[in-house]
Order: sequence, then C-alpha cells, then structure tokens
Amino acid sequence: MKICYYPGCTLKTKSQALDQTARLAALALGVEMEEIENWQCCGAVYPMARDEIATKLSAVRALDYAKHNGGRLLTLCSACHNVIKRTNEDMRSDGEICSRANNYLQLEESYRGETEVLHYLEMLKTVVGFDNIAQKVVKPLNRKVGAYYGCLLLRPSGVMAFDNPENPTIIEDFIRALGGTPVIYPFRNECCGAYVGLKNPDLPKKQSERILRSAKEKGAEEVITACPLCLYNLNEKGSGILPVKYFTELLAEALGVKS
Amino acid sequence: MTVKEQCENVKRMSGTDVRKCMKCGKCSGRCPAFHEMDIKPHQFVSLLAQGRIEELLKSEAIWSCLSCMACVERCPRAVAPAAVIEAVRDTVIRAQGANGMKAEDIPPMVDELIPQQLLMSAYRKYNK
Amino acid sequence: MQRIGVFICWCGSNIAATVDVERVADAVKKDQGVVYSATYQYMCSENGQQLIKNAIKEHSLTGIVVGSCSPRMHEATFRKTAEAAGLNSYMVEIANIREHCSWIHKDREEATEKAIILVRTAIAKVNLNAPLSAGESPVIKRALVIGGGIAGIQAALDIAEAGFEVDIVEKNATIGGRMAQIDKTFPTLDCSACILTPKMVDCAQNEKIDILSYSEVEEVKGFVGNFSVKIKRKARFVDEKKCTGCKLCMEKCPSKKGLDEFNMKLNKRPAIYIPFAQAIPNVAVIDPEQCIKLKTGKCGLCQKVCGAGAIDYTQKDEYIERGYGAIVVATGFKPIELNAFNEFGYSENQDVITSLELERIMNAAGPTNGVLLRPSDGEHPKVITFIQCVGSRDTSGCGKPYCSKICCMYTAKHAMLIREKYPDTEVHVFYIDVRTPGKNYDEFFRRAVEQYGVDYIKGMVGKVYNENGKLMVQGSNLIDNEQVLIESDLVVLAAAIEPEPSVRKIATLLTASIDTNNFLTESHAKLRPVESPTAGVYLAGVCQGPKDIPETVSQASACAAKVIGLLVKDKLKTNPCVASANETMCNGCSQCASVCPYGAITYVEKELRVDGKTELRRIASVNPAVCQGCGACTVTCPSGAMDLKGFSSKQIMSEVEEICKR
Repeated sequence: MKICYYPGCTLKTKSQALDQTARLAALALGVEMEEIENWQCCGAVYPMARDEIATKLSAVRALDYAKHNGGRLLTLCSACHNVIKRTNEDMRSDGEICSRANNYLQLEESYRGETEVLHYLEMLKTVVGFDNIAQKVVKPLNRKVGAYYGCLLLRPSGVMAFDNPENPTIIEDFIRALGGTPVIYPFRNECCGAYVGLKNPDLPKKQSERILRSAKEKGAEEVITACPLCLYNLNEKGSGILPVKYFTELLAEALGVKS
Repeated sequence: MTVKEQCENVKRMSGTDVRKCMKCGKCSGRCPAFHEMDIKPHQFVSLLAQGRIEELLKSEAIWSCLSCMACVERCPRAVAPAAVIEAVRDTVIRAQGANGMKAEDIPPMVDELIPQQLLMSAYRKYNK
Repeated sequence: MQRIGVFICWCGSNIAATVDVERVADAVKKDQGVVYSATYQYMCSENGQQLIKNAIKEHSLTGIVVGSCSPRMHEATFRKTAEAAGLNSYMVEIANIREHCSWIHKDREEATEKAIILVRTAIAKVNLNAPLSAGESPVIKRALVIGGGIAGIQAALDIAEAGFEVDIVEKNATIGGRMAQIDKTFPTLDCSACILTPKMVDCAQNEKIDILSYSEVEEVKGFVGNFSVKIKRKARFVDEKKCTGCKLCMEKCPSKKGLDEFNMKLNKRPAIYIPFAQAIPNVAVIDPEQCIKLKTGKCGLCQKVCGAGAIDYTQKDEYIERGYGAIVVATGFKPIELNAFNEFGYSENQDVITSLELERIMNAAGPTNGVLLRPSDGEHPKVITFIQCVGSRDTSGCGKPYCSKICCMYTAKHAMLIREKYPDTEVHVFYIDVRTPGKNYDEFFRRAVEQYGVDYIKGMVGKVYNENGKLMVQGSNLIDNEQVLIESDLVVLAAAIEPEPSVRKIATLLTASIDTNNFLTESHAKLRPVESPTAGVYLAGVCQGPKDIPETVSQASACAAKVIGLLVKDKLKTNPCVASANETMCNGCSQCASVCPYGAITYVEKELRVDGKTELRRIASVNPAVCQGCGACTVTCPSGAMDLKGFSSKQIMSEVEEICKR
C-alpha cells in the first residue's frame, strides 16, 4: 500500500534517523511512504493569528497534493503534523481563512480540507494495527520505556483528535506491541521548553530535567518521542537523566530492520 | 492606531472572546512558563478585556510563552490565552524594527545538533 | 355570519410603544364579521374586561379577538370574561401581538403591519369558530412517585398524610437515595441518616404508601387524572415477604468481590446483600452478574442457610399495571464521570477521590468505619486539598455549563469536619467563587475559615500529579498572583452533579420536556416551578435543577400540595378540542390509531347509507375523554376524515390564507 508522505525539513537533515527508520519499518509492515513532490517547509509552528494566511500556504499545497493522490497525507514530525492538521481544520471549518488561502493559491479546484492528515502513529494503529505489528516483532524490547508525547501531537485536542490530551494511550499501546513495558509518568504531556531555548536556555533545561526525572522516578529506562525538537531539548538539556530516542528507532529495532 | 483599535485588532487576531473568561486562573495554574512571565496568562486575558493593551505590548512574557497549548486545552470556558499572547507578540513584531530576534543573532546560538525545526519555530515566533 | 369584536391591548408601553394600536384597531374595522373594534391600556384589568363584557352585550357579539400578550398569559382570563357575558369561551381567539410582535421588533412601522396581520389571522379563525363545551373525566385517587430519595419520600409522605394512596417506584433495592450516602448535612452538621431514616421508616409504616423497590417504570399511558403505568419489578431472587433481613446469607456468600455501590465502590460486598443497615425494605437482593449459582448453577449456599426460605433463584422480572391520577418525578442525580478531567489525575491516583467518596470515608458505616484514611495505603492524610468546580461552569464541552450549587457548602462542611476531628491536618480549598446564598450558609462557610483555619485559595488547579508518593497540586493563587504547588496526601474533587441518566427514559415515557442538560423543564420558571408542562406530572428535587436538601424537601412538599389539589377533585374538565372522524369519509385504514400517543382511537363496525345502499363499514372512533387534541391523527389521515374541534383544517387554512394575503 502506498501513502503520500510529508517528511519536513528536519527529517532531511538533523533527524534522518527518524525518517529512515520510519521508512524501513513501514516497508516491513507493507506500507510504502511516497514522498510528495516539491514539498516546502511547513513553517514549524502553527500561526495562531487569524489574519496569518501566507504562512499557512505551504501546508495547504501539501494537503492539496495529497487530495489528488490518494486523499491521505502521512506525517511523522510532531511539528509538521500539528501545523498541517490545524491548517487543514482551518480550511475545513473557517470560511474566511479558506477563501483567502484559495485566493492566493488559485488552484484548479478550491481546497476545502478534504485530505485526511494521518500521523505515523495513527497509521500504525488504524491502518496496520498494533496486533499485526506485535506478530511481526522479532526482537521484543523487553525493557521499560516512557512515552513522551509533548504538546504538538495532543493539543489542542479539539482539532488534533489524536488521543486523550491528559491521559493518552497510543504510544503506550505501541510500546506494548513491541514487547516493551510502557511506563506512565505525569510529565509525558508537559512541554519540553520548545523554541524558547534560544531566548531563555534555562526554561528547556528546567522542563527537560523535570520530564526525565519524572519518567525515571516511575521506572523508565528510556524515553521515546516523535518530535525532533523535543528529542534535542531532552537529550541536550536534560542532563542525561535518561536516553531519548525516536519511537521509530524502537520500531525498526523490534522488527529487526534497523540498518 | 488608537489604543481601542489596537485592542480590537488583537481580539480579532486571537479569535478568542475574552468576555467568556470567568477568572478561575486555571490557565496560569497549568502554565509551565509561569515563573518566567512578568504578566501571567490569565492577566493577558483580563488586561485585554480591560483595554490595557499598552501594558501587554511592553510585556516580556510574550517571549516566554511556549505555545504549548496547555492553557487552551484546559480552559473551562473555551478561552485561548495562548492565542491572545500570540496576537500581542505578532502586533509587536509586525511593527518595523521591533523583531524579537534578528537573523544575525542566531548563528552564535546554533550548535551542531540543533534541529531546523527549532530555528524555524523560533524565527517564526520571534520575527516577521 | 359572526358578529366579531376586536380588542387591542396596549399593555402599557409593552405593545403600544412599538405597535400603533389605534391603527391596528382601525385597519380591521371593516374586515369580514367585525362589528366593533377598540383599544385599551390594560385589557386584562377589571376595566378592560368590563369593556369587553359591555361590547359583547351591546353589540350582540358572537365572537371576540383580543390582540394582546401570549395566550399562555391571559387566554384563560378572556375566556372567563366572555363566559361571564354569556359568550361561549371557545369563541375567543388571542392574537399574540406582544411576544410575537412588539417585543421582538424595533421598527414601529413593521411591527404595526405585522400586528394587523396577526389580528386578521385571528379574525379569520373566529369566523369559522363554533361553540364547544368541555366534558368530564374521573380522577384516579392514587399518586405515583418515581424515585425514592428524599424528594420522593417527602412527596409520598405528604400525599399520604392527606389520605391518598401513593406508590414509590425506586430502581434500587432500597429507598433513601443520595441522602442516605451523605454523612453530615449542612449548615447544621447533623447526621444525615439520623434525619432521613425516620422518614424512610414512616414510609414503610404508612398504610397509604406502597414501596415498590428494585422496580422501574416501563410504560405510561393516559393523561392527567387517568394515567395507566406499567411497572417492572426486577427479579431480586429473594422473596420480599419472607426475608427477615437477618444477613446470614451475606456472611455465608462465597462470592464477596462485588463493588459496594452504596460505598461508592470503595469496598467489596457479597453477591447477596442488603445495601445498608437501615435499608427499606430490609430485604436482600442478589446481584445476578456476580452470583455463582445464577451464573454457573453451582453453590446455592444462601438458600441453604436462609431460615426463612426466602431465596428463589427462579424469580423472573414481573410486570404490574396500576392507575394513577398524578405522577411526581423525583429521579435525583449522580456526580459526573471524571474521564474528561484527567488533569486532576482521578483515574490514575487512588488518593484523588470525589466528594461523595469522601462522604462514605467519613461515615461510620463506610469502608473505613468513619476513620479518615486514604484509599491507597490506609494512612491518615496530613495534607488534604479540595478542588471545587470540577466540571461545573464549564462551557468547553468537557463538563456542565451550570453551577452545581451544592459543592461550595459541602466542601466547607468537609473541610470543617476534618479540621474538627483531626486538628493536625492541613486543609486547602481551591475555589473560583464561593457561592453560599441561603439561611446561615455564608456564616457556615466563614466558620470554616475563621474558626477552623481552612486555607481557601482563590484560583483553579491546573494539574495534579504523583511524585515520590505525594500528590502534587499545581494551581493558581490569583490573590497573590502566584503559581502554587501543594504537596498533598489526599485530593478531593467537588465533581459537578447531573440528573440521574434514567430520567431521559422517564421523560420520554411521560412526554415531559427536558433541557439540554437533562434537567426536566418546569412549566414556568417562576410561577409554576414544580409542574411539568405535561398536565398531571410534577417535579421534585435535582431532576429539575441542582438543589440542596432543604430546597428539595420544600419542592417535594410543593409537589405534594399540587398532587393533593388534583386528587381531591372527583372529576376534571376535559379539553373539548378533540379529534373526531367524519364517518362518510373514513375508510378504516387504522393509520390514525397507530400514531395516536394516547390510545384514544378504536374502530367500530357501523351500517352506513352510501349511494342509496346500506354498507357495513369499519370507522375510527375517538374516545373524547382520552384524546388530548394533539392533532397527530388529523395530519396522518389520508382521506381527510379526521378533524380537530376548534382547530379544524378549514380554520387552520383560513389563518394561513390570511397571513399569505400580503
């Protein structure tokens, strides 16, 4: 099965591990991730101001491409997912933003939020199925893993509709499917400090340490995430309290496809 | 622009109805950047409702908000303090020369591992 | 040909400020049938009514139109006025030029035009009106109370006191409801059971009251004065007449892993059980999901040990049907589910509990015998943090938009009781507002602060999390503009209350209206607060809106007064606006009978002369005592044979035509 895939800038440079392990694992699960043509940077943050139109257009272009190529757009980086999913919701439900964006783009047919935005984790859960993944595991994790959700996958939950924003379960189910033991800890949905580090390096440090301390206290041996920025903050600012990896690295490892 | 017009503009940009706030403070009770902020999330909503936009425009807190959406997620009245903060910040950085971060500021801060996503996020948040 | 009088009311400035009343009166002067037209400042006043009476006599009027407020306000007034002047009351029509016109329009020109059309519509109808007279129907002198909490108990006792028979239908195995679960009551701190159980015993001992516990209302037919209700008596597998309540079966039952609902599932109970010591009836019930005998056929221990021979595993649900003149709905409430509030960690942490759970923990008959111990490890909590408004006043979609009303008071009560009993305990309360209207209520709350030193923090909690065995409560202190972090041992959530979900089914059965929050709607928010818009149905307790015990008891007694006022009547006047079938047009297709919600339509075989021949035909026949005039049959009838007196198709069409003329 083929599915349109939006990698995003970071996955082509600093976070190639996320991209590559995801592709390898997907192939092993019978999913071919077809990178869309001419994609542009999503902008990394969703512009909340209602008069921001130009900064949303690259997401709309990608969405429109996917609309004509299978109707689904697969994302992997949490930030890209957040920007593209929220922009898609604007195109679906905010008449003003939708018409202004279409005026800019002058597409043959207006884009109105028709594409389904699917995060890789959602794809694993709903398209492949965690049961099927469990059957294909050759090297069970056999360790305690803490899922770190962060903000971007979960919030705002009304739009993201990813999981329960305060008590999510999808990554825990994923860890279980890979033969690991999920560790639930209270800071798994707290912000890592995000981009504010460039202005105020103390904040990511405080947040990252707090998150990893919380995971460690509840027994985690390692933490996984879907976000390059979270991974950077947790690894670089988290004082090495616990190792942090991309969730796809564990998937590839368990499926025995890691290069 | 008059103060009143500026207020209305920020309200429009934020897309949030500040009159819905019931002053429970849950946003500030949840905010991970609370201690870094001179003006707290609930005060952004309250001051905007009072038309005290000038104080907000001078606030340092606009550079500390993580846009983590915890306040938005948990507001019992469907108010979005983060969207108000962003609308204030956008108002500041859209004014000429008022950028929160200049391109030349960035290279010294970059290390080998810093992801593009971080630079892009910060640049988008702090600059226009 | 009618002789119609038109009376346009100013309603002070309510109508006259927006509608040119003189122009309205003038415009319709020459309309068909109109022989008199006038305006007056307050048509509903004695003088206004006199004006109408005089006009009826002087001008020999056969029908009148009053252009005024909604017929819900003064239709009855003007009908009586007409009757006093010798005019049949169904010759009166109201044109609502206030609620439907002056109150909703700003432009005087537009409003005046619309008022003229509305008055003309009523004139068109009166031209086709005919005098109608009301029949009578008998009243069944027995009341049904649905729900056996304090509301239902009080209503039943008051109705029985007046000499009428009352049945209480309670879905649980005992009456008592939520009040039985509460430890102490505010603002006097007296023991809840001590004041409730005497009333429960009164119910049991009262010859006029029949308690149908472990039963549910399944079907309701009929109308005010004449309800016929089917009640399901659920199989409790214990003969109510034989069981002595000795509890030997409870001791011997080997299946002890059921969750004790009465104790908010904080401890275990056997498969056969009596919910609590003072249960009424004091009769055991078997949980069929848990009983080994009922599930596997093996065991039967309780039957062996029961000296009274009361255990009967073959019992089936039974249905009984009874007639009632009036129905009181008192179905009560439950705390909301907290799945949407995981920021407070209720599902992950045993020591985050709801206020109702705390009531059970504080109660001598509760899971800890009244000793304040936290659920996780049975230790005494040293720091307790209360969070108010959990799910109340929430318009985000997660909770309820209303204030649950009772939480401020019971939280103050909990805080005070804990500080009284365990003075070394630190108690914090996060609040948004403290709402304590009521006699001695604010004084009560202030005692918690001033006398007991409870720490009230103005602000909401953002997150509760577990760290190193402590519950960390992170929230706002808005007065000091701080974010605070309180290391707690126990967190108590004042969860919003919502109507007991079964009320939806009851509302449907009774055709009683219900609002978006599942509260039953009263007939008038201020003036008919205990009556449902469905005649003969009354509302008591939280099923109508959040309220505390004193208010519930008052409302229940008010319901009882209304019920007694109904049941003392031997006969009720029926609505003459009922359906009837035109015999020559009816083809006996049965469609009308299938849509009639009241079962008022039957069929008769009748000999009719058609085209000079005598034919035996099947014809619809409406029982006028049962028909409520809803009109469902008239719109269903394919041959146009069914019509409604006072609202005939011709009358309705003439009104429509009048509106469309413009």
